[in-house]
Amino acid sequence: MNTKAFRDGIRDGIPICLGYLAVSFSLGISAREAGLTPFQGFITSFLENASAGEYIAFALIGAGATYIEVCLMTIIANARYLLMSCAMSQRFSEDTPFFHRFLVAFDLTDELFGIAIARPGYLNPYYSYGAFLVALPGWSIGTAIGIMAGNMLPEDIVSALSVALFGMFLAIIIPPAKKDKIVLVLIIISFTASYLFSVIPGIRSISSGTRTIILTLLIAGTAALLFPVKEEETEAVS
Amino acid sequence: MSGNIYIYIAIVAITSYLIRVLPLTLIRKPIKNKFFRSFLYYVPYVTLAVMTFPAIIEATGTPLAGALALVVGIVMAWKGLGLFPVAIACCVVAYIAGLFFH
Repeated sequence: MNTKAFRDGIRDGIPICLGYLAVSFSLGISAREAGLTPFQGFITSFLENASAGEYIAFALIGAGATYIEVCLMTIIANARYLLMSCAMSQRFSEDTPFFHRFLVAFDLTDELFGIAIARPGYLNPYYSYGAFLVALPGWSIGTAIGIMAGNMLPEDIVSALSVALFGMFLAIIIPPAKKDKIVLVLIIISFTASYLFSVIPGIRSISSGTRTIILTLLIAGTAALLFPVKEEETEAVS
Repeated sequence: MSGNIYIYIAIVAITSYLIRVLPLTLIRKPIKNKFFRSFLYYVPYVTLAVMTFPAIIEATGTPLAGALALVVGIVMAWKGLGLFPVAIACCVVAYIAGLFFH
């Protein structure tokens, strides 16, 4: 059971690894501008595991920001993981040993959260470990390569690879939308609202991480008020 | 860079880990509150949708390539293809469209 989950995790982690390589490669370019060595970029990515959060951190470090500023911006840029962590806490069986929560939290990223939560029933931490095993090296080595290689890879290949992550997001959110029409409507509203937030003057200057938090609280909160989910549904999917 | 780089790295590492680990370890019991349960059920879909659009359009240098990748991704995901095929198809579409429309 655990071995199969572990293998499934490795399988589903491969596209994430590829997407991570592309994104962290470009992240490495900004880390180099901030003055980081490949080793420093590697450990930052290994320990933080956050694209937007790391972009901001590198920009602040390069600008000579204070430790407090870096800490505060890390909280803001990564605040959505608080919500994901809450959601995950509800999917752990009480029979799963407690220490797994500490390990699963280590690489709780948008993508790895997405694939774990998409599986039916209780979380199997070994599924996450399998995915971590391939995704983590992709993410941290990609950053180091980006610092070393800079702009050696052709621009059009790097930009095409950066679409991989979004393709995965679609593969996670679209199939449930087929079964649950409220989810479908929520996705359409989320797309629209997210677009509006990116063009309306004033709002668009808010960082994308913060916009994601605001929209998530607003849309998911309103949906929860208007369309409370039946008990068995939240157990099966959420 | 004005501070010590390793102190910076330690700050971002510890801060981001605490954000991820605190809810998971502090909330041990199933949440009974119906509103909060429903909220957490909707969170992943909304968050991932918000992050996908319009970011996918802006991800490549060519907006049209991103838009085509989005359409192909939605259609393939709707048909139930897995993470890997959808992700790869989006990349291929974005690359080819980038060659034509750049």
